[in-house]
Amino acid sequence: MKTLIFKDIDDLVIGSLGIVAFISFFVGGVVTIQTALNISNPLIPKYLVGFATRQSVILEFAPTFISIIMAGKVGSFITSSIGSMRVTEQIDALEVMGINAVNYLVFPKFIAMLLYPFVISIAMFLGVLGGMAACIYGGFSTLEDYITGVQMDFIPFHLTYAMIKTTVFAIILATIPSYHGFYMKGGALEVGKASTTSFVWTSVVIILSNYILTQMLLS
Amino acid sequence: MIEVKNIEKSFGETKVLKGISTVFEKGKTNLVIGQSGSGKTVFLKCLLGLFYPEKGTISYDGKIYSNLTANEKATLRSEIGMVFQGSALFDSMTIEENVMFPLRMFTNQSVAEMQERVDFVLNRVNLPNAHKKFPSEASGGMQKRVAIARAIVNKPKYLFCDEPNSGLDPRTAIVIDNLIQEITDEYQMTTVINSHDMNSVMEIGEKIVFLQHGLKAWEGSKNNIFRTDNEAVTDFVYSSELFKKVKRMYMEENQ
Repeated sequence: MKTLIFKDIDDLVIGSLGIVAFISFFVGGVVTIQTALNISNPLIPKYLVGFATRQSVILEFAPTFISIIMAGKVGSFITSSIGSMRVTEQIDALEVMGINAVNYLVFPKFIAMLLYPFVISIAMFLGVLGGMAACIYGGFSTLEDYITGVQMDFIPFHLTYAMIKTTVFAIILATIPSYHGFYMKGGALEVGKASTTSFVWTSVVIILSNYILTQMLLS
Repeated sequence: MIEVKNIEKSFGETKVLKGISTVFEKGKTNLVIGQSGSGKTVFLKCLLGLFYPEKGTISYDGKIYSNLTANEKATLRSEIGMVFQGSALFDSMTIEENVMFPLRMFTNQSVAEMQERVDFVLNRVNLPNAHKKFPSEASGGMQKRVAIARAIVNKPKYLFCDEPNSGLDPRTAIVIDNLIQEITDEYQMTTVINSHDMNSVMEIGEKIVFLQHGLKAWEGSKNNIFRTDNEAVTDFVYSSELFKKVKRMYMEENQ
């Protein structure tokens, strides 16, 4: 079981770091540029660019937007890998041997995805860093202004809120795609269909739970 | 020995098994034959405990499966080896890891002991140098042999094979048939094979159960399948020109 958990950590968590880092850095930059370009009133201080970037990245972009992307990457991987095992009778083979297939296949993924907040923490850091790079190289404000904005009115609970959301999303990302893979019927074509369905449902549930959690924790 | 008494299984309105009774003896290769859709796979899945029949009982060496506790069922399952139609090898594991898998799951053997046993069974199925290959790198015949090795590695008492020859050329199919029979003799297992391959019937059919429309239409051995008057069996057995010729020759020889 330990080997399976480490393998799933490698596949699901470590394997996602590259794409998460790339997207976070550049989307952080885009958020900064758009915020800066929309502040046309000279009375609004430039450090608000950093503030807005931090809030956007920590509250929504990193936990929710990255989770939707992960529903496509990790979710499809989970559904197709378990679905292929169903199609090729590998799950039947486990059951004939008397092995609890759900426990054997889903539990390691569930445990691996508990490290997902680590991925989102990196996304938060790189999003803010990307914003800083865009801000300085685009000439929208000074480094000092940006850092002042990033540090301004920081509410630690916002991080707690983001991490609670992330943990809930991690559970959703591990379970819904596993369900769709495990209970699929048919052949190779149905594996593809199951992956698509799993992505749609995972995204829907993430968006809905995002709304409910935000209402519960922030309002 | 596996004793099946009057089992019935339905899916919705469709009754797939309509009261089948038979006995599969220890140390024999027992074949379940019949056309596609006759209920062979459902029958095998009932024997394996993957489907639960609505009526009837299945006994393994006198123990009725449905009366067993969860722990007893788990113990029984560890005594079962299964060769699936598509081999069902784990893609993410090497051949060696696939074969070692039941040992890792059900025994407390040391790595050296497991390795020794894996080497032995891979040699037994004539795959002495395939340890580090992945299933995708092996041919269909090799995959079947790995599946047999995995099925027997934990010295099972019961071996089930679902169409072990499907997708194989006739020569490889005979090699697989003979391997299953040799292993059955060697380990004195109760072996049940689902097949619609008449070559298998003639090679290893020590006991044959013929299913038709969910019913047992005939049972016997390879020696008397040629002599039966059962129309359903003769239609099935002599559906190919080759076997029609064999029958003619057999009749001429015995006249």
